[in-house]
Amino acid sequence: MRRNPRRTRPWAVISLLIVALAFSGAWPGAAGAADPIKIGFGMALTGGLAANGKAALIAMQLWEADINKKGGLLGRPVQLVYYDDQTKGATVPGIYTKLLDVDKVHFVVSGYGTNLIAPAMPIVMERKLVFPGLFGLANNEKANYAGYFQIMPAGPRPALDWTATFLDLAARQNPKPQTIAIVGADAEYPHNAMEAARENIKRLGFKTVYDSTYPPNTVDFTPIVRAIKATNPDLVGVYSYPPDSAGMVLAAHEVGLRPKMFGAGMVGLQFAALLTKLGPKLNGIVNFDVWVPEPTLRFAGIEDFLKRYQAQAEKAGVDPLGHYLPPFAYAYLQVLGQAVEATKSVDQQKVIDYVHKNEFDTIVGKVKFGANGEWTTSRMLQVQFQGIETTDIAQFHKAGKRVVLWPEQYKSGSIIYPYEKALK
Amino acid sequence: MRGHAFLVVAVAVVAAGLAVTRVLDNQYYYFAAYVVLQYVVLATAWNILGGYTGYVNFGTPAFFALGAYTAVVLIRWVKAPLGLQLVAGAIIAGLLGLALGYLTLRLRGVFFSIATLALAVVLQTMFINWEYTGGARGTSLVRPATAPLFGSYVQFLFVVMLGLAVLAVATAWWIERSWIGRGLAAIRDNEEAAECMGVPTLKLKLVATTVSGVLMGLAGAPFPYYVTFVEPTSVFDLNYAVNSLAMPMIGGTTTWMGPVIGAVLLGTAQQIATVTISSALNLLLVGLILVAFVILAPEGIVGLVQRLARPRAERTRRSGP
Amino acid sequence: MITLDLFLNAVTAGILLGGFYAAVSLGIAIAFGLLDIVNIAHPVFVMLGSYVAYTMNLRFGLDPILTGLLFTPVFYGLGVLLYRIYYASFERKGAEALRGLVFFFGILFIVEVSLLLAFGVDYRMIEASYVGRSFHIGPVGIAFRLLVPCVVGVALTGALYLFLSRTFYGRAIQAVAQDSFALRLMGANPFKVKDVAFGLAIGTAALAGALLIMIGPVEPAMNREYIGRVFAVAVLGGMGSIGGTLVAALILGVAESLTSTFYGPSWGVAVSFGVLLLALAVRPSGLFGR
Repeated sequence: MRRNPRRTRPWAVISLLIVALAFSGAWPGAAGAADPIKIGFGMALTGGLAANGKAALIAMQLWEADINKKGGLLGRPVQLVYYDDQTKGATVPGIYTKLLDVDKVHFVVSGYGTNLIAPAMPIVMERKLVFPGLFGLANNEKANYAGYFQIMPAGPRPALDWTATFLDLAARQNPKPQTIAIVGADAEYPHNAMEAARENIKRLGFKTVYDSTYPPNTVDFTPIVRAIKATNPDLVGVYSYPPDSAGMVLAAHEVGLRPKMFGAGMVGLQFAALLTKLGPKLNGIVNFDVWVPEPTLRFAGIEDFLKRYQAQAEKAGVDPLGHYLPPFAYAYLQVLGQAVEATKSVDQQKVIDYVHKNEFDTIVGKVKFGANGEWTTSRMLQVQFQGIETTDIAQFHKAGKRVVLWPEQYKSGSIIYPYEKALK
Repeated sequence: MRGHAFLVVAVAVVAAGLAVTRVLDNQYYYFAAYVVLQYVVLATAWNILGGYTGYVNFGTPAFFALGAYTAVVLIRWVKAPLGLQLVAGAIIAGLLGLALGYLTLRLRGVFFSIATLALAVVLQTMFINWEYTGGARGTSLVRPATAPLFGSYVQFLFVVMLGLAVLAVATAWWIERSWIGRGLAAIRDNEEAAECMGVPTLKLKLVATTVSGVLMGLAGAPFPYYVTFVEPTSVFDLNYAVNSLAMPMIGGTTTWMGPVIGAVLLGTAQQIATVTISSALNLLLVGLILVAFVILAPEGIVGLVQRLARPRAERTRRSGP
Repeated sequence: MITLDLFLNAVTAGILLGGFYAAVSLGIAIAFGLLDIVNIAHPVFVMLGSYVAYTMNLRFGLDPILTGLLFTPVFYGLGVLLYRIYYASFERKGAEALRGLVFFFGILFIVEVSLLLAFGVDYRMIEASYVGRSFHIGPVGIAFRLLVPCVVGVALTGALYLFLSRTFYGRAIQAVAQDSFALRLMGANPFKVKDVAFGLAIGTAALAGALLIMIGPVEPAMNREYIGRVFAVAVLGGMGSIGGTLVAALILGVAESLTSTFYGPSWGVAVSFGVLLLALAVRPSGLFGR
């Protein structure tokens, strides 16, 4: 075949283009990497968990600003390096490998959520890194990796302790309830929670009359709630994510579900969006929470943090209250920062050892980690929504609408039992 | 390209890949390159059915995920080595392609496409409900720490995917030049006429769906070890459907080169975008580019280049009514 | 457990849902059934309608049905625009099959991602006085949020049926579906007729979207679940038969509801595709098809 230059030239151009693009992957790593201490992570900035992820990011950036105002860590400025994991587990290995190998970060922390922490574990374990975790349930159960720390206050046996709170509270009521219905989404957290709930149920002697899951993208909960109502349970425990939590509450009202206690593990009832959407429909629900503005929980620094967070949250369009994830996102960086300062090094093993042996002072109170990286004592709260009459958000900034019932040392009110009484 | 030229290039590419693993230690590039090569396979596989035969497959995720989940099952059940996972993934996905083809290829093209959508949804529902592979929660796997001859397992996966990419492209190249390819082109241009001329349309379509399925399954099989955490939402991601469709459309659907160009360009661009701009914006761009190409440059880049490369006299002669 | 109570409720919910599915499927019944345009992007336009209703509800407190009606002309215009691009790029050149499909897929993607960028992935709901309420007839509960969309859906179907059978343009649309060439011989311009028809098809998405957000919370990716449903309804009903669309929608609604209640909600969506494949395999012309 004759070589026609007019034919080959475009191909040459195209090949050059391809090669150029392939090598453009060699974008410069951090220039002048020597000075700042870099902390890298993936965070859900888009996708299902983005609402929380973005809120967490704001909190983390507040920490970055605070620590740099005080002179940084070990005299060096701190820089957060992060990428959007799109709430997709598949992006996590790539992101963390890039952070470590290209961006050359000194430390990595986790993204938000059980599903986004899991894919990073093999990488941090392989390279023996300290790995603070943000709100994942039982991520370290199988691996028992020493470098993992979880800032969620679930307790030493995370799933068991988390679920025990609602059930123990129920068992103390007089007369003791007999039957229970549990339901949850078919996803990592609800699955772990329900498994643990079953153990607690056995221990406390309840009789399970309904135990089922629904697919994660269900929107119509009426059939499920009807089926639950048909079994006439004394207790109803729901383990769900925000969209389903809202759906369950609405369906419960539509169908007229009236157990003696209703709630347990509904994620989402901690956020402004759902608080204002559901308003008085929340009354009587006993659900988990991690921090509420009750007088028993005023830790040093939390109010100041919330004020600054809330100022930024408005603009960024994220949860305007910031009571759920943001304080803990700030706290898990606090732990890392304090450990680095105390050991005066960026040596991973030294930091890991320090975290295991010491107690930390954070804006969410004193934190101590056990051997498996979880809190030594559970501080998962059970709160009950009481006295909500409007859908106005201002009421949730103050004490009184989400009363802490458990644990004893943080109790700020008494339970309204049975559930129906709170609905008046 | 002629036979020997192609073989030489293929060997050179694989050799280059191997050489790179000796030299480059930075793991991240292998992660990123793996994804781009994976898309080369998916785009080429899609094109065999889409570009060559004219049947649009919206269900790439179904075949890809089936390959991945077959690997997961084998890992859990018998701790199978990668080679076995690849073969099994290929066979199962191929069977799915065959079954789908048999059920739907007698219908109009558009129903085949909708059936592929259905397939993805139904398969996803099945895996969400299957506890053995983790159901909706997914399952995490431990990747072998090292592979023989290579520094890290990821480098090994990179070379494996490189090999698969070469295999896929070689298959497409061979089909294109064989009687199968000519038959498929006849079907694409006018299926009824092809039938009348004696082209065994059903058989050829089945071959195309099966081969396409096999290649997509091959792309999916190494995925569990690559990502170490497999859950239905990310494995059945619509991105695979859009990309495996956009890449050939952008690159050019009539030859084996089109999907390769499309995959390399779009894949690399997306890898860069993942770590620079917001991911949703990145997807929006893909959609816009796709529509733009479909309307304005339906032959893709390959077609554009061919048009520009034609000598002027020929161009004016050929551009008729 | 299969109790009569549960069964009756499932069937009722299914019928009500079916009325709504009819509303959503009308656009496809016209576009695909009559005009042979495979607009897989139709459900995403329904989502767009939902978000429009959401925004109007949020900003101005407008009732979603009102918003739906108000925006029907806007969506009609959108449909006309889309058709003209489609016509200029594909239909005129006779190259519809592959590229038309890809075109609509691209449009689907663009609209879905734009909604994602504008509204995020969180579920959005509307506030309306009747949304949380329900009444009971014996053991059967009827929720307003299902009843209203059903009634409106059936009304829309009826209106469209009358339009197609009684008005000039309506009959022209039916004619162009049967024999475009003959229509031209009769002096009508097929392009103009299809223009109107496709505009109408997308126009129904405005109201359908408003109804959708009334039933439950919406998020952009939901459109994909509906692709199967609308095509199942269109095919089962018989391409282009409006009455058939309603009947098929009711059948689908009940089938889905029963499956959700007794086999678990996971399989609800898969049912629509199952129905579609079954219909294609057994009776591709549908129940009332030509």
